[in-house]
Amino acid sequence: MLGLHSKDFKTLVIVAVLTMLAPFILNPFPSGSAMAQFNAGYPDLMQRFVIFGIFAIGFNILFGLTGYLSFGHAAFLGVGSYSAVWMFKLLSMNVIPGIILSVIVAGIFALIIGFISLRRTGIYFSILTLAFAQMSFNLAYSVLTPITNGETGLQLTLNDPRILGVSATESGGIPVTNFFGAEMRSTYELVVGGWDFQFNTGYYFCAMMLLLAFYLSIRIFRSPFGLMLRAIKANKTRLNYTGLNTRPYALAAFVISGMYAGLAGGLLASMDPLAGAERMQWTASGEVVLMTILGGAGTLIGPVVGAGFIKYFENIFSKINDSVLHGWFDFLPQGMENAAVWVTEHFVGPGWHLTLGLLFMLVVTFLPGGLVEGGQRLARLFRRKSGDKPDAASQSKPAE
Amino acid sequence: MDAIILQILNGLDKGSAYALIALGLTLIFGTLGVVNFAHGALFMLGAFCAVTLNKLLSFSFETIDPTKTDFLGNPAKVKTAYVESWFGPDVGAAIIDWSVPLAILFSIPIMVGIGYVMERGLIKHFYKREHADQILVTFGLAIVIQELVKHYYGANPIQTPAPSAFRGSLDFGAMFGFDPNVIIYPYWRLVYFAFAAVVIGAVFAFLRFTTFGMVVRAGMADRETVGLLGINIDKRFTIMFGIAAAVAGLAGVMYAPINSPNYHMGMDFLVLSFVVVVVGGMGSLPGAVAAGFLLGILESFASMNEVKSLLPGIDQIIIYLVAIIILLTRPRGLLGRKGVMEE
Amino acid sequence: MGILEIKNVGKRFGGLQALGDVNLSIAENSVHAIIGPNGAGKSTLLNVLVGKLIPDTGSVMFDGQSVLGRTPYEINQMGISRVFQTPEIFGNLTVIENMLIPCFAKRDGSFELNAITSIAGQKDIIEKAEHMLESMNLANKRHMHSASMSRGDKRRLEIAMCLAQEPRLLLLDEPTAGMARADTNNTIDLLKRIKDERDITIAIIEHDMHVVFSLAERITVLAQGTPLVEDVPQNIKGHPKVREAYLGETAVA
Repeated sequence: MLGLHSKDFKTLVIVAVLTMLAPFILNPFPSGSAMAQFNAGYPDLMQRFVIFGIFAIGFNILFGLTGYLSFGHAAFLGVGSYSAVWMFKLLSMNVIPGIILSVIVAGIFALIIGFISLRRTGIYFSILTLAFAQMSFNLAYSVLTPITNGETGLQLTLNDPRILGVSATESGGIPVTNFFGAEMRSTYELVVGGWDFQFNTGYYFCAMMLLLAFYLSIRIFRSPFGLMLRAIKANKTRLNYTGLNTRPYALAAFVISGMYAGLAGGLLASMDPLAGAERMQWTASGEVVLMTILGGAGTLIGPVVGAGFIKYFENIFSKINDSVLHGWFDFLPQGMENAAVWVTEHFVGPGWHLTLGLLFMLVVTFLPGGLVEGGQRLARLFRRKSGDKPDAASQSKPAE
Repeated sequence: MDAIILQILNGLDKGSAYALIALGLTLIFGTLGVVNFAHGALFMLGAFCAVTLNKLLSFSFETIDPTKTDFLGNPAKVKTAYVESWFGPDVGAAIIDWSVPLAILFSIPIMVGIGYVMERGLIKHFYKREHADQILVTFGLAIVIQELVKHYYGANPIQTPAPSAFRGSLDFGAMFGFDPNVIIYPYWRLVYFAFAAVVIGAVFAFLRFTTFGMVVRAGMADRETVGLLGINIDKRFTIMFGIAAAVAGLAGVMYAPINSPNYHMGMDFLVLSFVVVVVGGMGSLPGAVAAGFLLGILESFASMNEVKSLLPGIDQIIIYLVAIIILLTRPRGLLGRKGVMEE
Repeated sequence: MGILEIKNVGKRFGGLQALGDVNLSIAENSVHAIIGPNGAGKSTLLNVLVGKLIPDTGSVMFDGQSVLGRTPYEINQMGISRVFQTPEIFGNLTVIENMLIPCFAKRDGSFELNAITSIAGQKDIIEKAEHMLESMNLANKRHMHSASMSRGDKRRLEIAMCLAQEPRLLLLDEPTAGMARADTNNTIDLLKRIKDERDITIAIIEHDMHVVFSLAERITVLAQGTPLVEDVPQNIKGHPKVREAYLGETAVA
């Protein structure tokens, strides 16, 4: 189906079903209950799941397949956001032109930066991309202020000269982003018993984009081009002596992943029309690296899993505070309760980044294949225990 | 002319910091073959050693001074630092005043220890892994260190003053016959530069004149051969990591009065220091030092108003721009050795 | 006029004259061996042929076209394939994936943005790859991770990958180095079979005299960067100059 192997098609269908039903799946607890804090089914967070999923899928096409580690991909995300907001300011509040422009502009940026950076490999490549990203970040904060609005960030105002549309609504507000009239922020709430399910237009728009992005990435993975990218990672020398020119392949991968980042940036701006330079900082680039590795670099589904995992726990962990912790460790004797709270509070609330850093180290050290590989290992273990044929696992292709 | 001298001077202190961090990065890369993204965090830890010592020395107890009253008419509470009560007010105050230089002694064992634990506990397992993995794991470690510091010291910069004797500025111009008050330069920055020069000199002397250093240099050139001679190179490399950590730490300690330490200063310096290493030449110690000063001074020239009006924003990107040009035209860097990290 | 014409090629590395003045002609559809003691310049010569090194002087013509100044992939696309001393394969990929890459390279050239088409849909390419694997007795290992194969299998895979490109000249750099006797003999048989089945020129750099004398139709002896003698194997065996060059080296078998 859709030019995919049955196995890949199944993966795509599973992802499609999961994203479409996300408002239910991510909202398993009634809103009043103590567990409601673990719900993730509200629009803002669900949008971030899929948008960063797209970002990571794109990054994986470069890093997962070719092994080139870019530390500058946040720059493309930032450029995408700025482009989209400018489109909203000048042309129309319809998200489509904005998103198209973000992808194109990010692609052009990636072409220039990639063309120069790919003249080196290994750590030099990483440092070149890092240098370019920092340059873009610094420029966005300083001389480019007329375009980026510096530290404040680029926002919509009441006197934007919108060609197709109005500068301000009749009630005097700033118009909202829409997809041919469907407002991105509009949410339909379905209350069933204690549950409050939210269906947000913006989320479904992003989810469709994710499915498209995911489908394209499957096609790329299974194409001769994808095979060549994996060959770059496996053995550059052999590739050259097999009559293949490495550089255009790597550059194409770089530009494609840059365009994915641009799409993610454009979507971020479409959901919330503002763009700031902090999105371009190299720690933001580090975050997408982490998502990809945590999920499983070079696997199809890994980056989506990684992005969802990180954004979910970022949200949950950030919300947990002292009183919540005391509630959890209530059953312990007073002294132990305090000790447990003291230890745990390092990792939650504002300490989420500490958890993130630790996670990073643990995954790179113990699970270089990421969660997907970990899952496969577990599955293999179970299969072996239940006495099934062990070679089923060894026959699975490495790029799943 | 005086403007140029002023810019060179202004570039020296940042350049010194770049050079010291880059020196450590190069030592680690040259000996262990590891790309250490947590090196900036070591610099930051050094700065926080100074902060910590300053706080420790300032620990005080309260007494009631019956001779004074506060604005409500109650007897005033007076804070006295323990050191002042132990050593007398004059000596005690001087100790607190000199807390930053004292922190040098305080930080060396701490930084060597941190370096030792880092190498044995983590880095050691990554010698044979890809550079990408090394980058990623040390990047994770940098985040962890940074967040711990943020947790305990807060997110705001903490002022850590230099000894009062060094708080003024030197009228450099007047000394050399220029107009007075044109080239003025804070004393502490001069101290920092001199200090950096001493540390750099000490590291080079150590590598050149001791047997230990000779083995390490041989190991940087060809690790396998030295291993074949039956010399336990790994142990020496561990110690080298400790030394590199100490150098970064010292750079941080003395930098505290110039730039109030905050938890993300390490990351800011790390990116630039990496660029410095690449410009100087991966694996070249003199290259790292030379490039550190060169880029520090270039950066300071780029921030002159005359230059900025000509090329707006150049001060923000000059270092990266230079790095990109160098990497593309001289991939080995200014003084890079053949065969180190080549394709 | 041979398929490969090397004229007056010289290369210096600092103070070392790696290649003096090499003149060599390799006839089309022949098996030509280049032998010589260590440091004779065999590898340097090979690296010049594949575009990894550019010589200081001289010219190298392949089928009437100069190869100098071209990159390895361009030279490969001209029809020269190289087998390395230690097998260079795509270790992270499966055997069949390894095999597909040269098939695509042959059909699509050095770059093709085939990003949306599926590999599974390219029946002709898959057939060709499978066929190559069968002919090398590797078909039952097609889904194996190529890095986990034995050295002999890796060598055969590498040769198969080179052949899939249908090269006109196959360069082999000590193809039996580090192999056990049985594996060496298998490799000799394989190369003989390749020679019989195809229109192909084989140039082989080798240390092992057994291999050289089993395969070569002509032999060039290289010493200190210059060709010493070139002749048919029978005449090389007892040649006094060759004995001199090899004195203290491998005894001539």
